[in-house]
Amino acid sequence: MKINIKHIAKLANLHISDEEGKKFEKQLSEILNYVNQLNSVDTKNVEITSQITDLENVTREDKTSPSLSQEEALSNTKSKHNGLFKVKKVL
Amino acid sequence: MKAVIGLEVHIELKTKSKMFCGCSADYFGQKPNTHTCPVCLGLPGALPVPNKKAIEWCSMLGMALNCDIPLFSKFDRKNYFYPDLAKGYQISQYDEPFCLKGSINLESGKTIGITRVHMEEDTGKLIHQAIDGQDVTLIDFNRSGVPLVEIVTEPDFDNAKDVVDYLKKLQQIARYLDISNADMEKGDMRLEPNISIRKAGEAGLPNYKVEVKNINSFKFVEKSINYEIDRQTKILNEDKTPIQETRGWDENKQKTVTQRVKEEASDYRYFPEPDIPPIRWTKSEIDKLRSTLPELPQEKISRFQKQYNLSLYDTTILTEDLTTSEYFETAATAGARKISPKQIANVMINKKINIDEILPAKLIEEVTISSKKINISEEELLEAVRKILKTNPKIAQDYKKGKDSVVQFAIGQVMYIMKKKIDTEILRKLIIEELK
Amino acid sequence: MNYSAYSIKDLRKGFKKKQFSSEQVVKDCINDIKDDKLNAFITICEDEAISKAKEADKKINEGIELPLLGVPISLKDIYLTKGIKTTAASKVLNNYIPQYSAPAVEKLEESGAIIIGKTNCDAWAHGSSGENSDFGPTENPYLEGYVPGGSSSGSAVSVAKNLCFASMGTDTGGSIRLPASFCNVVGLKPTYGRVSRYGVISMASSLDSIGHFTKNVEESALILSITAGNDPKDGTTLSEKVDDYESYLKKDIKELRVGMPKEYFSDGLDIRIKNLIEQKLRDLEKLGAKIEIISLPNTEHGTECYYIIQPAEVSSNLGRYDEIRYGNGRENFGDEAKRRIMLGTYVLSSGYYDAYYKKAMQVRTLVKKDFDEAFKKVDVIITPVSPTLPWKIGEKVNDPMAMYLSDVYTVNINMAGIPGLSVPAGFVDGLPVGLQILGPHFSEGKLFQVGQAVENL
Repeated sequence: MKINIKHIAKLANLHISDEEGKKFEKQLSEILNYVNQLNSVDTKNVEITSQITDLENVTREDKTSPSLSQEEALSNTKSKHNGLFKVKKVL
Repeated sequence: MKAVIGLEVHIELKTKSKMFCGCSADYFGQKPNTHTCPVCLGLPGALPVPNKKAIEWCSMLGMALNCDIPLFSKFDRKNYFYPDLAKGYQISQYDEPFCLKGSINLESGKTIGITRVHMEEDTGKLIHQAIDGQDVTLIDFNRSGVPLVEIVTEPDFDNAKDVVDYLKKLQQIARYLDISNADMEKGDMRLEPNISIRKAGEAGLPNYKVEVKNINSFKFVEKSINYEIDRQTKILNEDKTPIQETRGWDENKQKTVTQRVKEEASDYRYFPEPDIPPIRWTKSEIDKLRSTLPELPQEKISRFQKQYNLSLYDTTILTEDLTTSEYFETAATAGARKISPKQIANVMINKKINIDEILPAKLIEEVTISSKKINISEEELLEAVRKILKTNPKIAQDYKKGKDSVVQFAIGQVMYIMKKKIDTEILRKLIIEELK
Repeated sequence: MNYSAYSIKDLRKGFKKKQFSSEQVVKDCINDIKDDKLNAFITICEDEAISKAKEADKKINEGIELPLLGVPISLKDIYLTKGIKTTAASKVLNNYIPQYSAPAVEKLEESGAIIIGKTNCDAWAHGSSGENSDFGPTENPYLEGYVPGGSSSGSAVSVAKNLCFASMGTDTGGSIRLPASFCNVVGLKPTYGRVSRYGVISMASSLDSIGHFTKNVEESALILSITAGNDPKDGTTLSEKVDDYESYLKKDIKELRVGMPKEYFSDGLDIRIKNLIEQKLRDLEKLGAKIEIISLPNTEHGTECYYIIQPAEVSSNLGRYDEIRYGNGRENFGDEAKRRIMLGTYVLSSGYYDAYYKKAMQVRTLVKKDFDEAFKKVDVIITPVSPTLPWKIGEKVNDPMAMYLSDVYTVNINMAGIPGLSVPAGFVDGLPVGLQILGPHFSEGKLFQVGQAVENL
């Protein structure tokens, strides 16, 4: 099983060192080899189950409820400016 | 060579609360980060519950665009990282959206295919700024989670004019449905055209496309698309292929500029949103929702033409927005048996009256008085004008030289021979038209 | 004072008779937690708990009756508690002070419970041993140097060692039942959607269940009757009426049909555990239960698809931890979280979705069907919780695959969304062994009925 660790790490927004990459590649291959046994299951015409409750149409009415205060919203950030969150410049 | 243009338009709904939480969706001009909660701020453990009204409005927009409304649909997660995206994923719809396969007719006679209309949520707002000499990006999450409808067209456009017409129609429909202010300047309506050029003799879609962003007015739509068509045509004429990229409209430079070159196709890792059970309509629910659709612009135009015996030109203007059309109808009812709908239409269109300032009944009263004032048919008046102009050829000569004051002289002459109270404004218009 | 012999009922009687006050009990528990060497807690809520205990004492004196009034409980450090640090046992959140509390926590507090502390666990609930915590592993209270089971390791230990009277955990693939089994306490994984997940840090949204640890079955029923119910903030909670769970405790098990799935008693199972569970089944038979061998044919494949669906949802749910609004950067994720994020990202990525994620969702349907079919024939199913005894700390840390396979008897229950109750079944070589009782959706009452019978053996 060949895994493009660099590509996957980029998609996952993780910095993976070369050394870590090697370790993960080996471990992930092992896990994927294991889960690949699923291929032996005949799933022709089998519906998918993405949720287990059989619930449908769970919605809320268009009513407002109180928001957090600005202070609460920003209470856990390390980087803010005038009531806004602050990050390094992005494009 | 022919341009191939497809559009993705985002329209922000004007629901009271956000898409998946109870925060107020009315964020415009509010203090930053005062309209957030665990859900739209992406705090740990928070879960989304969809806004029923937003789902209905999205479906109604699809109905207005002649879409099929599938009985079953669901939300999906679109995973990507960006500082304005609180959860690391946007809740959107992937393979089972609320509306599919619609169409819209344009003034040019062309029909544009609507691929899909789906529901998603808006992101926070980024503000780029220098603080203490450092370039930073500031984030306000008030907009995060505001309901957003995306309307995707087939690549059926080949010119900017049709695109503008489409956008105006879409804006008008959204306003008729009363689901969005659809104001481009305020960002309620956002547009991303995909533009490419098909070479003569080639079939199918070109092997590249350029996406243009930052278009926040109808004026820029036309300019940026025309600019792109020219730019790409030049490149193709040199036997090269334009780069697949995202460009932005730069109003100062009057051109599009490269924003981001796509190294590889983005991989959003869509999967069914496990926190939100799917939506299933019954046929009768869809029928019921459809029955709540208001009269749409096209229907109103046909009705006005028939019911009030008006021209296509007049009805198109009168139905441009709901307030004007409602004003007209109120006035027409109030003025029944006193003046004709055509007269009301004329006053409203030609005199550009401010409908916010004058009540329909008052308008009728004024029109009735002024028409009494004239007490004379337009034909009769026109006959007098022609007579004066014929007997005084110098009026026309002077007017052609640019002496506008002769119009006033002509008015006096006509008044003199008619010996009646005449609305001088109408008379002035008649004279100028004749002189032209 | 040592309260190990006290049930919640005894405790409340003691309060009323003024044998001791809630304040005194809370202080004693806090002292025990401080003296404890097993590393069960990340945060002790000392000031808050004592002040709440004083309030509770006042209410007790006023004659106010609440089911948990003055009773100290603990929460896995994955439940958000307003104003009290919540870490998910990860460095990413080691300084996060939540702006809100989970409704499940609010319900417990409204019932008079006193939150005495936040317990240690595998970071982000990823693990079967408790070793993945960035705050160090928790140890098994029965044998030094052994794992207590995970991921709700500290919660199980906090109840097993009488550091509090009940503890809330989470169960995505066995994270309550396994540590309950390894620590000789009762652990309930309710039906998916029975208890609100809101405000509990999500691991894998379609599998996460909100459950708890208690010293006995009766108290498990008591806690569920408080936490269960529809929550408009969690769209996956169900509106079915909350059963009168305690009413099941006195029912006998005559004529009860008990299924024994052959796949759960096969080669991989430690023979000593097998003998113990089979003995319990024979004992139940003597009480009138009808034991029947059944088959859940997709059992093995269920575990395979669990390790696709779970990491996929994990990779998405951990996307919000980007250091901007709270917490520390993504470089602070430990190896296990990184592994699951990478695995999940891979199986969802373009070109692999159909082969992995879609296939897994189809097999999930088959797993669910296995249980649906089984419950047409039997009322409940009984299995071991774990194929092995607790292992030594460090034994499996470098072999994720071996660690994952310790969940083979628990993950399918989450795949099917059914409830599972782990009750103590005895000891092998000084280490506890748990027995798992399973039933159809919303059959928690029946699980308590059978659990009580097992407890009474």
